[in-house]
Amino acid sequence: MNYRPTEDIDADPASGSPLALEIRGISKSFGRFPALNNVSLHARDKEFLALLGPSGSGKTTLLRVLAGLERPDAGEVRFAGEDFLSLPVRRRRVGMVFQHYALFRHMTVAQNIAFGLTVRPRRERPSKSETADRVADLLSLVQLDGLGGRFPAQLSGGQRQRVALARALAIEPSLLLLDEPFGALDAQVRRELRRWLREVHDRAGVTTVFVTHDQEEALDLADRVAILKDGELRQLGAPNEVYAAPADAFVYDFLGAACRLPGVVEGRRLTVADWETQAPADAPQGRVEVFFRPDEVMFAPLDGAGLAGEVKAVAVRGPDVRIECLIEGRLFELESRGAVVPNGVAPGLALRVKPLKPKIYAAKA
Amino acid sequence: MSDQAILPRGLGAPLGAGGAGVGGRPRRAPWVAHSILPGFGLSLGITLVYLGAIVVLPLTALALRPWELGLDGVWRALTAPRVAAAFRLSFGLSALAALLNAPLGLLIGWTLTRYSFPGRRIMDALVDLPFALPTAVAGIALTAIYAPTAPLGHFAARFGIKTAFSPLGIFIALVFIGLPFVVRSVQPVLQELDREVEEAATTLGANAFQRAVRVILPTLAPALISGVSLAFARAVGEYGSVIFIAGNMPMRTEIAPLIIVMKLEQYDYAGAAAVGLAMVVIAFGSLLLINGLQLFLARRGRV
Amino acid sequence: MTAVGRPFSQTRLPGFAPLLVIASATVMTVLVLLPLFVVFSDAFSKGIGHYLAAITEPDAVSAMKLTLLVAAIAVPLNAVFGIAAAWCIARFEFRGKGVLLTLIDLPFSMSPVVSGLVWVLLFGAQGWFGTWLIDHDVKIIFATTGLVLATILVTFPFVARELIPLMQDQGSDEEAAALTLGAGGFTTFWRITLPNIRWALLYGVLLCNARAMGEFGAVSVVSGHIRGLTTTLPLHVEVLYNDYDFVGAFAAASLLASLGLVTLVLKTGLEWRHSGELSANRRH
Repeated sequence: MNYRPTEDIDADPASGSPLALEIRGISKSFGRFPALNNVSLHARDKEFLALLGPSGSGKTTLLRVLAGLERPDAGEVRFAGEDFLSLPVRRRRVGMVFQHYALFRHMTVAQNIAFGLTVRPRRERPSKSETADRVADLLSLVQLDGLGGRFPAQLSGGQRQRVALARALAIEPSLLLLDEPFGALDAQVRRELRRWLREVHDRAGVTTVFVTHDQEEALDLADRVAILKDGELRQLGAPNEVYAAPADAFVYDFLGAACRLPGVVEGRRLTVADWETQAPADAPQGRVEVFFRPDEVMFAPLDGAGLAGEVKAVAVRGPDVRIECLIEGRLFELESRGAVVPNGVAPGLALRVKPLKPKIYAAKA
Repeated sequence: MSDQAILPRGLGAPLGAGGAGVGGRPRRAPWVAHSILPGFGLSLGITLVYLGAIVVLPLTALALRPWELGLDGVWRALTAPRVAAAFRLSFGLSALAALLNAPLGLLIGWTLTRYSFPGRRIMDALVDLPFALPTAVAGIALTAIYAPTAPLGHFAARFGIKTAFSPLGIFIALVFIGLPFVVRSVQPVLQELDREVEEAATTLGANAFQRAVRVILPTLAPALISGVSLAFARAVGEYGSVIFIAGNMPMRTEIAPLIIVMKLEQYDYAGAAAVGLAMVVIAFGSLLLINGLQLFLARRGRV
Repeated sequence: MTAVGRPFSQTRLPGFAPLLVIASATVMTVLVLLPLFVVFSDAFSKGIGHYLAAITEPDAVSAMKLTLLVAAIAVPLNAVFGIAAAWCIARFEFRGKGVLLTLIDLPFSMSPVVSGLVWVLLFGAQGWFGTWLIDHDVKIIFATTGLVLATILVTFPFVARELIPLMQDQGSDEEAAALTLGAGGFTTFWRITLPNIRWALLYGVLLCNARAMGEFGAVSVVSGHIRGLTTTLPLHVEVLYNDYDFVGAFAAASLLASLGLVTLVLKTGLEWRHSGELSANRRH
């Protein structure tokens, strides 16, 4: 299954805000390895767009195409109506934050941030004092006041990341590109910087595209998420949309913990093991795969509806209860929110597990 | 450029997935990959012109010149007794010196990385002295030390050993210039040698000797071989530090590079080129051979 | 010998470490330090007056000047080549790179005498261009040009070999960042690349210069040993030595040895202070 946006991408009735970035039919291969295959997507003005995918999905390549660091084999990129591909990197005015920051190691933090201003042609170059003011503003925006004289090697990972962002923002970019901005940071710092990055984005009023392999990050941060795999776009939509209605099995699996069982659809009838239920009207026919989230289940006694299972172990883990349950000979790790063990659930007991929102995808041939 | 960019993929490339024969590749990669960085043409241009003028043109002359003697003549030039003796001396002594440098270099490399003692850093820096000292300076200094009239040479002479103006003198000079190659090759490997591996061997009951021979030496082998081969290559071509101490007696202490100088003085360009070419070919060939051996050992070490 | 930093090597054989240290020190002293000592002791063996006279004698002075001149031409040319070669090899992917690298390495495995010989084969009286040069009254062999060419051939890998691995290690992210920030190609090179490689460049130039000033074999072949005209300092040493003017020879040699020592000190200083900005896998 290959999801393609079917909506008319020239106008967006929902928000009414103009399109900023249009990517059409981008393909790029490295030697024989196709990194991107006919990818089309778009971003609205001032939108925060996440490119999400596992490694090798082409997301970074796509970002580098936008920055001008990579030239696509085919396709078109327009930004604010302008043909972006015909512009050299330095004229695109994109603020790029590199995965490993690419800070200039021989320059101080302030010199790093000022670099984009000092390399402008003499006529457009701000005066020394203007540059200094701008650097000071940016330093306080990224909460690094007073650290302008340090060298990159003297900073922590999180601080370097913020310098890289300040440096990218200094040129007042119309498009901000972030390549795995939190990739090299530990979980604690990641979570702190995430909210803050969103605030910076909102305040700076730029269109932002960022690459991540962390679905939680993408869903938490972005206005819309583009999910890529093997160089192809699988789905594009708002976080709640894609989470609620994954376009295919891969997207479902990638966006969160998933339980999977084989089943059969005949007409409007879905059969999974000994459980029969009604299938949605648009469900594929024949052999299917049924997915459900481990926390979207209801436990019922044996005479109720659902998949027959046997509880193997129960453990309270902080706010959740983990229930290991044997269904159809496979062990599933189910979750129940709230630190209370649901009624009728105890090791050794047989019961029924009823998926609340099962998703049905055609089985792979 | 965009008209080129929006061409559909594979247009103009042969259809069908890579069959055999010419044009089997579905997409012929350009000889230089696209990059956003500027200056490729300029820098490659400078590099090619410079390499062409400084290396390729002169070496072409070296490769072509001998053959005006004919295959026969080249063979005769190389196998003339005096020339053959010089080759034997140069390659034989170079190999011996490189081999002695292996234990010496290991000893010094080991001491420098494993122990801290007063003057360690100075000793470390001095290892490079044979690199830094111009060869002619090393040559006359070594001669002054080992000449029969000098203290060390005199001392050796009391035991009937002739040092300077004998193959032994050449050998000493070759050990001198080869030492840094071995030390500098093994030093980084010794430094990065995983202490835990050694400690594991110790906990498994290996004694110091067993650890050295069964754990450290195999890890070190590729670097050691590379250092020894570099020392060898340098020694074969060495001129300045050898020429003074050698005494340059025909058939006994004439080194191969000296034969070249001699032939040039007799305006025997082709003969000189023949000897020079042979030296380059043999040196390069043995380096290739040693590289192969090193690769083999490195691959075995990885398993 | 108190010594011995890391404890476990010594735990079993306490007497072993000092033994190895003493053995190493002995090898270093006899093999490496003694020659250095002899240079200076022989140079001053007849007093400072003799020494000063020997190094201020006209032939010695002209040899020094010639040595400086040759290095002043060869080293900058090799530095420019080294930067250009490193830029195209470390920053671009193209076919034939391996061949380029081999060609750059080649002089390291060539005898210096061969490095001199090849120029005689080209420009000597019976060389490829010999007749043409004689007809046009151009002198290369037995002249400064020949010395420069031979020196360039012997010393040209130093800068390139130092820069290529370093620039490959550093990658081109910083340059790409500069371009996205609006910098042009030249600005990027001048303000990002060059500062990042400056210590390695200095290191390479240092080694290149030391070898250029100290080269003997290659220049000896092309020089013709014309006193006061084509004798560089190392050749001057040889000439005096063969004339049995040992004090003169060692006096001149002491200048070269000092050059070597200064190089060693600067090189070691660079290694201590800027080890992170030099290339790790170094070959001499």
